[in-house]
Amino acid sequence: MSYLRPDFRHPNLPVNDIGFTKKDYEGSISTLCAGCGHDSISAGIIQACYDLSIEPHRVAKLSGIGCSSKTPTYFLGNSHGFNSVHGRMPSVATGANLANRDLIYIGVSGDGDTASIGFGQFGHVVRRNLNMLYMVENNGCYGLTKGQDSATSDTGSQSKKGAANPYEPIDLVSMALQLGATFVARSFSGDKDQLIPLIKAAIAHSGFAFIDVISPCVTFNNNPKSTKNYDYVREHIEATSTVDFVPMKQEITTSYQQGSSTEVTMHDGSVLRFNKLKQDWDPQDRFSAMAAVNDATQRGEILTGLLYVDPQSQDLHEIINTVRKPLNSLTEKDLCPGNVALEKINESLR
Amino acid sequence: MKKLSSVNEFVIKFANVNGSGSASANQMFAKAVFRMGIGVSAKNVFPSNIQGLPTWYEVRASEKGHLGRRGGVDIMVCVNPQSMKDDIKELVPGGYFIYDNTKPLDLRIQRNDVHEIGLPLTHMCLQQYTDPRQRQLFKNVIYVGALAALLDIDFNVLKDLVTEQFRGKEKLIAPNVHALEMGHQYAQDNFDCPLGVRVKRSNSVGDSVFMDGNSACALGAIYAGATVAAWYPLTPSTSVVDSFSKYASRLRIDPGTGEKAFAIVQAEDELSAIGVTIGANWNGARAFTATSGPGISLMSEFLGLAYFAEIPTVLIDVQRTGPSTGMPTRTQQSDVLSCAYASHGDTKQVLLFPSTPHDCFTMTADAFDLADRLQTPVIVMTDLDLGMNDWMSKPLQWDDKREYDRGKVLNAQQLDAAQSFGRYADIDDDGICFRTYPGTHPTKGSFFTRGTSRDENAVYTENGELYAENMRRLLKKWETAKQYVPAPQFYQEKNTNNVGIIFFGTSAQPSCEAMELLAEQGINVDAMRITAFPFTAAVDAFIKNHQQLFVIEQNRDAQMRTLLMTECGIAPNVLASVLNFDGMPITANYITAQIKQQLSISNVTPIRSEPAQVTVQETNI
Repeated sequence: MSYLRPDFRHPNLPVNDIGFTKKDYEGSISTLCAGCGHDSISAGIIQACYDLSIEPHRVAKLSGIGCSSKTPTYFLGNSHGFNSVHGRMPSVATGANLANRDLIYIGVSGDGDTASIGFGQFGHVVRRNLNMLYMVENNGCYGLTKGQDSATSDTGSQSKKGAANPYEPIDLVSMALQLGATFVARSFSGDKDQLIPLIKAAIAHSGFAFIDVISPCVTFNNNPKSTKNYDYVREHIEATSTVDFVPMKQEITTSYQQGSSTEVTMHDGSVLRFNKLKQDWDPQDRFSAMAAVNDATQRGEILTGLLYVDPQSQDLHEIINTVRKPLNSLTEKDLCPGNVALEKINESLR
Repeated sequence: MKKLSSVNEFVIKFANVNGSGSASANQMFAKAVFRMGIGVSAKNVFPSNIQGLPTWYEVRASEKGHLGRRGGVDIMVCVNPQSMKDDIKELVPGGYFIYDNTKPLDLRIQRNDVHEIGLPLTHMCLQQYTDPRQRQLFKNVIYVGALAALLDIDFNVLKDLVTEQFRGKEKLIAPNVHALEMGHQYAQDNFDCPLGVRVKRSNSVGDSVFMDGNSACALGAIYAGATVAAWYPLTPSTSVVDSFSKYASRLRIDPGTGEKAFAIVQAEDELSAIGVTIGANWNGARAFTATSGPGISLMSEFLGLAYFAEIPTVLIDVQRTGPSTGMPTRTQQSDVLSCAYASHGDTKQVLLFPSTPHDCFTMTADAFDLADRLQTPVIVMTDLDLGMNDWMSKPLQWDDKREYDRGKVLNAQQLDAAQSFGRYADIDDDGICFRTYPGTHPTKGSFFTRGTSRDENAVYTENGELYAENMRRLLKKWETAKQYVPAPQFYQEKNTNNVGIIFFGTSAQPSCEAMELLAEQGINVDAMRITAFPFTAAVDAFIKNHQQLFVIEQNRDAQMRTLLMTECGIAPNVLASVLNFDGMPITANYITAQIKQQLSISNVTPIRSEPAQVTVQETNI
């Protein structure tokens, strides 16, 4: 763990559009192991929220249990957070989102929390298309209980204990695509240039945005025979595209070579620009994304980048047609039908 | 042969085949008696099955207002040959056995101490109808028509009920009225109507309503401003959220836009249902879930989180027969202990015990205020008998001046004015701390909610002293809760007897009737109905003011007795038990017999003693 972090910041730290410095997006000092991939992801979230000029208190952070689920303490210290029950963050996030549709919900989970104990809740929050960013910090092992294999560990991969995992892995990206997630991406904690635009795009997405982030466990799963060690991941990574995220309010200035880039306009008017590295894949075609993921897996490669997005997605509130005002802001006047209505109900029961 | 004779006081039971349309006909009969101005409760005894198995419907008519089960049957309407052999045995001597005599009655089951009334139901339907479904459905309507003649129910009352039932489907009215007339005519032509047991118009019901407890809970949630309901279908709790949905669709949809001021999530399981409920309450909406015993088991981990992290949560537990799947369509009061101490570690959960649909409404509405005030789960402990059956009840009432008590919640202005904010700082010394909703203030009032130990500022800690201090504060909050939960109900101005009886929930009405039956036999008892956990000082005082007490409950292990012993420090020999756990609601006759029998073998003389004073003392728990 990092014991020390200087509290001093340069007095003239740059501020974003709404006057916040990056310090305003930081959290407490991380208690994870030094070099943990999860800390890079927290840094990515901080950078993305700073860049997007999100007011920190308009974000709610949610997690389950595990190393990954501890991380919401380490970013956005001015946001409310909820470290809930193992594998049950999706249900808590569903309730929170139903109560107030105006906040941004960032859920952080791990491979144990999502692919094992919380596999059921994960599948159902995907189906509900809850408007949230759901990140899995995927290291293929159980860190807090000292290195047992998790359900995303590849067949044959060896953890620090030395035994090869005999079971089939669960690929969360394929699951999310299969279950109808409306934004699916994969990234690597060691590649912030790719991760940060993906986080921004996921926050802009209206609906369930899933990012599976390979995040090596430096203590229990970074040994040579693991398929989730830093070197292995770097060597086997293959990206679908490079992605630029252009917020609604910014002018598009970067120019790409004609024919190689695709633009997707998001729900809020932001633009996602893909500089495609794979030509036989269309980010708005779920089946081509599934095929591309399968193809890479067959070849032993890890496909990363934004794999699929549906910019027209309808989130849970739109599906069930709730009022525009957050439900938690409604009062007696809005909600209580009054005694005259009750008298009528009584009359119907006589 | 003795001929049973009574006016406006009787028990009638219908034996039918599940899925044959009998429930709505039987309900129409019960409602007709109610409209004749006589107190009624109806119990639908149904199997875990959609079609084919035996089902029963027991109606208690009581001008005196006894709505619990009495025990014994005066009139048995048996249209199910599968169960006839056993059904006839339930009749009291001199009772009436009404059956389908299209086929002659099996001689082996005949009794010579009951009156047989044969109605050729199958024969009449075969002659009248060609459609097989109609032949089945109208059988039920025909016997209701016959009962109107046999019991002297005003035929117009039935006609009105049919008209109301088929409003919007008017072409069904005439055939139903015709079927009623067929039965009515047949009975008048063939029997000496009315029977000795009969109905006479009365006005004993006043402005009462006739409704089930689950609908009343749902209305309580609507009136209390619940906006999020998350659930997983589970008998007998399903109709709570079904009713919430029905009433919310009438009362909470913007007529202009069609937008809903409520959200209902049918979750993937009970774990998710309570998770959604907790998440929504954490974020400042009023949310609830409804379940039964198996759901309580699944929700226990989350209930511990809500207790420890102090998140308001409303849960309606419609208890059924456990353990495991048990008898899923029968009633019990057997979740008392699993709810009182739900979850691992040291926990105590606030419980409310409704006895009538009126209680279901008020206690559910109050549960939201209590949960917000105490920042903890509140469980409304109803059961299948109360939840799914129709009861005569006081009409529901709402005070339009009432404001929701959202408890100690700081808004942005209050945060600006406050010197500091610590989520778990006990500033008022009542164990209840201030909370904030997410999104309130850009720089103040945010905190991290967790199920792990933390200090006053919600910062993670493994310091044992801080952990223990927090656990002690939760106990202080438990003491504070006693000021807010409803007081127990007493049935005497002063305690004047050595013997006291204690009951709660659906045991209340048969217990009150038993009290009258005992008094008729010279045995006087004082009575207390428990309405909430934590127990207040008045509960303690009642127990300490009596030599011998009976705790009447519907479970095997005397769970409420255990809870009283543990929480009030009562010696086991002071509390005797009257227990019923066969899945059928407890009866007044059974309670009376049990108490008489136990008193006769104990040394307590059930005579009037010196008037005892109710002394109210603080309990130390």
